[in-house]
Amino acid sequence: MKTVMGTAINVLRKTTGFKPEKRATQHGPSMIKLENVTKAFDGQVVLDKLNLDITTGKITSIIGPSGEGKSVLLKHMIGLLRPNSGVVVVDGEVISAMRGSVLNQAREKFGMLFQNAALFDSMTVFENVAFPLEEKTRLTKEEIRDRVREALAHVGLKGVDKKYPDMLSGGMKKRVGLARALLLNPKIILFDEPTTGLDPIICRAIHQLIKDTHRRFGYTAVIVSHEIPEIFDISDHVAMLYKGQILEKRTPKEIQRSNHPVVRQFISGSLEGPIRLVT
Amino acid sequence: MQPAFSGVNSFPIPTLYNPSILSYNKKPLICINVVEVVLLALVDKLGSLTLGLLREMGSMLNFLVYAIYKIITRPGKPIHIYKQIHFIGAKSFFVIFLTASFTGMVLGLQGYYTLAKFGSEGMLGAAVALSLVRELGPVLAALMVTGRAGSAITAEIGIMNITEQIDALRTMALEPIKYLVAPKIIGALIAVPLLCAIFDVVGIYGGYLVGVKLLGVNPGAYFHEMEKSVAWKDVYSGFIKSISFGIIISWVCCYKGYHASRGAEGVSRATTSAVVMSSVMILIWDYFLTSVLL
Repeated sequence: MKTVMGTAINVLRKTTGFKPEKRATQHGPSMIKLENVTKAFDGQVVLDKLNLDITTGKITSIIGPSGEGKSVLLKHMIGLLRPNSGVVVVDGEVISAMRGSVLNQAREKFGMLFQNAALFDSMTVFENVAFPLEEKTRLTKEEIRDRVREALAHVGLKGVDKKYPDMLSGGMKKRVGLARALLLNPKIILFDEPTTGLDPIICRAIHQLIKDTHRRFGYTAVIVSHEIPEIFDISDHVAMLYKGQILEKRTPKEIQRSNHPVVRQFISGSLEGPIRLVT
Repeated sequence: MQPAFSGVNSFPIPTLYNPSILSYNKKPLICINVVEVVLLALVDKLGSLTLGLLREMGSMLNFLVYAIYKIITRPGKPIHIYKQIHFIGAKSFFVIFLTASFTGMVLGLQGYYTLAKFGSEGMLGAAVALSLVRELGPVLAALMVTGRAGSAITAEIGIMNITEQIDALRTMALEPIKYLVAPKIIGALIAVPLLCAIFDVVGIYGGYLVGVKLLGVNPGAYFHEMEKSVAWKDVYSGFIKSISFGIIISWVCCYKGYHASRGAEGVSRATTSAVVMSSVMILIWDYFLTSVLL
């Protein structure tokens, strides 16, 4: 494993001039680091030499207009997408150069809550949450049952074990998704628009849940969201993605006082400004 | 990926599109160029189609090899395989039973009147059994499984793909091929030959029903001739066929679902394509296997 990583890093060093920080990053400020990441689909550039640091143990939110590649950015962090150029370093390891079982090993640090929760629709809620435990641990049935009930209780769900995902509301699906993501105590949890399509009360409840579970488990969180200004209440850092680049990454207070015209227009929701609906 | 040669855009005779040359009023040259441009466009299209086909074939083969590698190195939990045997096999029983009985009955009817012309109605059992065991059993059972289970496999995996359930598996550090594809291939490998066996038996009794009970062929002759004519080679060649058909169905249908995109329409297109491609591949492969096994 170490040899493979060493070779990968050496190749990257020679080809891109990139110098990943030593293993000390594991305890350093950056849990995820994106360096000059470029990604294009069918010639259309979505991420353009993007640089971003995600601080260990903090909640970082990524905001930006729809279709700007926020979900694409998130998928690069967990290795679901590979950049055309640049590197993605997670916990001191270059995830963008990994494949196969090495990549799977790196992914064990992650949990991910998808936009539509991505629950397995042929399984009950219990089976959905129990699935990673059944496949990746040697726990007994009783232990799995207890762990699943505990995880569901953490997200405020009881008595839904036997229901199928299509019998749940949007908010409940997200909670089940969060329970599943939390189950293996990951170091990092990625949230892809966790509150999109939910009413304001459920939206606030989900945000509160993220904050509570973050406090309890201490994971590093990356949230892609459109919920402004609500997202500022739970975030430690907010990064604005526009035209394939991170314009600013600051604390919520700082970003609300930003002088950058794009950031100001996006936060105020104004129709006037550099962001055009039709380009 | 763009094809290596992209026709009119990369060929350096764009006279037709150049107004400055048109203004010289060189009519014959323009006519020649129209023909050239059309021909080039045709060659370009043909080239890109061939390249696309080759790419697809390579990707499909890669998919199968990887799935087989996963089956050999890390076979999934038996429960996932049982579920697939139940889904592909047990749940296809009724449709196989129905198809087999009517196929056998038609064979009995047709066979009887054809053989009656030569006065050898007694050979009916042999004719029905040989047709079923060697050819119709494996092929028709496989086609029915494609229609019933293959389409469902493509739709299931396709919907999992477009609703990010496959990505969810990846984020849990679980290998989708191992959890979704490998059990289906093993399940089909076991279920399709069993369904083929059921098809053969039910078909033979369908032929018996029409030949013996309806048209009055001697029941002893029906089974005696069958026993005399059907050799072990006929039976195992049928099974070899159905095993390979099981692989074709699960491979093509899983592949198409795994690569479905663009919403509900994409899944419907993938399902249609999976059923058509599996059926065509079954028939083509059947011809090759028959010529090898004869």
